[in-house]
Amino acid sequence: MLIGIPKEIYPRERRVAATPDSVGQLMKLGFSVLLETQAGLEADFTDAAYQKAGAEIAPDAQTVWSRADLILKVRAPIEEPLTEIHEASLLREGATLISFIWPAQNQALMDRLAARKATVLAMDSVPRISRAQKLDALSSMANIGGYRAVVEAAHAFGRFFTGQVTAAGKIPPAKVFIIGVGVAGLSAIGTAKGMGAIVRATDTRPEVKDQIKSMGAEFVAPDYEEEGTGVGGYAKVMSEAYQKAQQDMIAKQAAEVDIIVTTALIPGKPAPKLLTRAMVDSMKPGSVIVDMAAEQGGNCEYTVPNEKILHNGVTIIGYADLPSRLARQSSQVYSTNLVRLMEELCKAKDGTLQVNMEDEVIRGTTVIKDGTITWPPPAPRLSVAPAKPAAAAKPATPLAAKGGHGHGAGAPSSSRSVAVTGLVLAAIFAFIGLNAPETFLNHFTVFVLACFIGYMVIWNVTPALHTPLMSVTNAISSIIVIGALIQISSPSVPITLLAAFAIGLTAVNMFGGFWVTQRMLRMFQKH
Amino acid sequence: MNMSLMTVAYIGATMLFILSLGGLSNPETSRRGNLFGIIGMAIAITATLLGPQVTGIASFLNILVAMAAGGALGIYAAVRVKMTQMPELVALMHSLVGLAACLVGFATYIDPTAHFTGAEKIIHEVEIYVGILIGAITFSGSLIAFGKLSGKIGGKPLLLPARHLLNLGLLIVVIAAGRWFLQIETVAAGLVPLLLMTAISLLFGIHMVMAIGGADMPVVVSMLNSYSGWAASATGFMLSNDLLIVVGALVGSSGAILSYIMCRAMNRNFIAVIAGGFGTGGGKAPAAGDPSTPQGEVQAISAAETASLLRQAESVIIVPGYGMAVAQAQHTVCEITTLLRDKGVNVRFGIHPVAGRMPGHMNVLLAEARVPYDIVMEMDEINHDFPNTDVAMVIGANDIVNPVAQENPDSPIAGMPVLEVWNAKQTIVMKRSMASGYAGIDNTLFYKENNRMLFGDAKKMLDEVLGSLRQA
Repeated sequence: MLIGIPKEIYPRERRVAATPDSVGQLMKLGFSVLLETQAGLEADFTDAAYQKAGAEIAPDAQTVWSRADLILKVRAPIEEPLTEIHEASLLREGATLISFIWPAQNQALMDRLAARKATVLAMDSVPRISRAQKLDALSSMANIGGYRAVVEAAHAFGRFFTGQVTAAGKIPPAKVFIIGVGVAGLSAIGTAKGMGAIVRATDTRPEVKDQIKSMGAEFVAPDYEEEGTGVGGYAKVMSEAYQKAQQDMIAKQAAEVDIIVTTALIPGKPAPKLLTRAMVDSMKPGSVIVDMAAEQGGNCEYTVPNEKILHNGVTIIGYADLPSRLARQSSQVYSTNLVRLMEELCKAKDGTLQVNMEDEVIRGTTVIKDGTITWPPPAPRLSVAPAKPAAAAKPATPLAAKGGHGHGAGAPSSSRSVAVTGLVLAAIFAFIGLNAPETFLNHFTVFVLACFIGYMVIWNVTPALHTPLMSVTNAISSIIVIGALIQISSPSVPITLLAAFAIGLTAVNMFGGFWVTQRMLRMFQKH
Repeated sequence: MNMSLMTVAYIGATMLFILSLGGLSNPETSRRGNLFGIIGMAIAITATLLGPQVTGIASFLNILVAMAAGGALGIYAAVRVKMTQMPELVALMHSLVGLAACLVGFATYIDPTAHFTGAEKIIHEVEIYVGILIGAITFSGSLIAFGKLSGKIGGKPLLLPARHLLNLGLLIVVIAAGRWFLQIETVAAGLVPLLLMTAISLLFGIHMVMAIGGADMPVVVSMLNSYSGWAASATGFMLSNDLLIVVGALVGSSGAILSYIMCRAMNRNFIAVIAGGFGTGGGKAPAAGDPSTPQGEVQAISAAETASLLRQAESVIIVPGYGMAVAQAQHTVCEITTLLRDKGVNVRFGIHPVAGRMPGHMNVLLAEARVPYDIVMEMDEINHDFPNTDVAMVIGANDIVNPVAQENPDSPIAGMPVLEVWNAKQTIVMKRSMASGYAGIDNTLFYKENNRMLFGDAKKMLDEVLGSLRQA
């Protein structure tokens, strides 16, 4: 099968869907590759490098589109502004297309592709399950975007990120605030942190709190309780009261920090306006805002998509092509995502496509199959993250919290079982008290008290020494030897024999038990 | 030596025994604790020997011979036993205590010098009866546990049809024989129900432990530990000897608490463990589409790649399981640990309470290999550290690191506390094959994106890892 790689025609798009490396990998799967000339030039891959990897170079886009059975692209097909030819109409009838599609926003494009009897796999529709992570281009692009956002901010920011004490005075570190901590947000945290800034971050989903902390940033939460996790690990729209509390919190941060990176997106909805004009006006001159949601309308009310504007001394960057600004890296990662997808589609490694709609990942990614629109896919299954925290975590946490060796007591039991145990014990004691003679009661007193002492002492034993504990109690329980010793002087021969045998047995325990305990305890050494 | 002096000596011995157990709260004081136990035992025996009840040269000779023979055997076993065999040794020793309790019980019963009447006679006979009962169950149960632990008997639970009814039937026969026994006047005739009950108790002990599977052994071993204590206590009652009662109660409660800790660590009910047959009735089979059914494929890794991951890590947590004991890999683990620590890698160990075949088994193995105990952590001490850990290495463990326990409320192990290794940046699981663990359920950890499988015998693979680490 022939794979075609056309040059991207979207304005300012520098990425390419294949690198010389990925071409080699695709050929190993049994495919041949046809690449439009200069397709990789802006990502620093020359035609010669592709040729060396085994690709054929086509002189123009027409050739690629008309010859290839399968087209690999970055951006969704669009109309070429000069020739007014739509890329979708170039696609061969019945051919396959793999690229970003955004089917929810691009209904017309979907109809066009369906009319070509095409099979289309959308890289933006890869299900968010752990098995599909290796082909999750959204995440890999978001990662690069987050990095670039901080680099852009640093470029526009007039100071160091890291704090320094120099001969010329003390330089305070920059304060960076990240709103929305998905993959892009985490990447931005890591980058800003790596450059030495003080990083704070917020998100509506409580489970990212630990991730934020693990990256070394501070988690800032609105003063309001609400669960913000929607289907598939994305965020959802929050209640009004929550939004109010969130606004107060962001306004407070805005007045304080130097750089804000916003990445808040809700699937299928315009980006939430989290940074109001008033908040931006309250920021210090020289501050920078990078709005990574610019393409979806922006999180900041001043944002102009694809522009860098200056407002009252605050720079507001609305670039929608952040991954493309790191074209070589993005192309490498994206082309690897594509190769992983091709491996799923061509398990036989014979250069043919098997679009197996039974496979959850492929089913979710495929938006058009042989001209029939199959988008949206059936609802995704539970994500691997604790999707039902209330149900799933509840039985686990209390038990986990109870573990360890308490001092002096075990886990508190329910009051009902305590009551039942108490009643049973009371009944037993009453029975014994009514029937037993006094001599027995003396021993019984000793017995009960000894049980309590044992209970208190044993709970203090460290779990690491449980095995020595067992062997030493074993040795101690050979105290039965006393019983045998008392009887051995009996005039009756059978009793003497029984007693002697019992002494022998307990001696094994006594000597062996203490000896092996000592041997074990000697091994426990501190570093 | 008069009786009062002997009683005071017994009190001293009792205090030393309590101090002995108390010393185990910390490895530093534990050796002194063991010494206290030895002194206590020596005082108790000496006092008894000097007391009025041991008379005649022949008796001392008999005692000397029996003690020497038993003691030599015990010390031989203690010196020769490998640390991986500790559970077997402990189980075997339990059986000896049980048998000794039986023998003392019989000897007390046929003792012609005892004269009790009325309620005291009944109580005395009940004490004998109960003492022998517990002793016999401890004896046969521990023998079977020993067989299972040493591999002489298969680890699979033996589930007879209607086993609960069978147990109930045995219990009824034991109670009936007890009534019969109490009504009999002469010693010779009384031996019949006593022997009948002993036989049934032996059977009961065998049946009880046979029905329990391999990984529930920590519970069984500690339960038998407890029984051996109760047997000593019962002997104390029948001989009216407070020292035996106290020591028996100490040992009995120790074993009971250990059983409780083990059960809690598996999130299982004590009764359910003893009733045996794990997962046969409760947990339903995973249905299709069940989120716990693992999806995707496992990713293998080589020993050399493992070594390079370990070398690049800043912090490593090793989670050992029974597989490490089977493969005798603890010494290699220690060498790897030392090597990595010398390179500045923070290596620690995470121990699940039921890892291995008896409580604290892993700690002893690691101590044997000279892993310092201050880097060996309990589950609760280390669970919150996994997110900051670069590599978590699981050696021969399965169920105790299974995320299903937290992810799927319908799973048979749901709610069982587990080591959350999957929170580490990278996990490496060393395992012979993809076989499921004791609980018989798949482990979703193996399928996680950040997990790699190192297949093969733990010892062999770790030796290779060590080799690669040394080269670098």
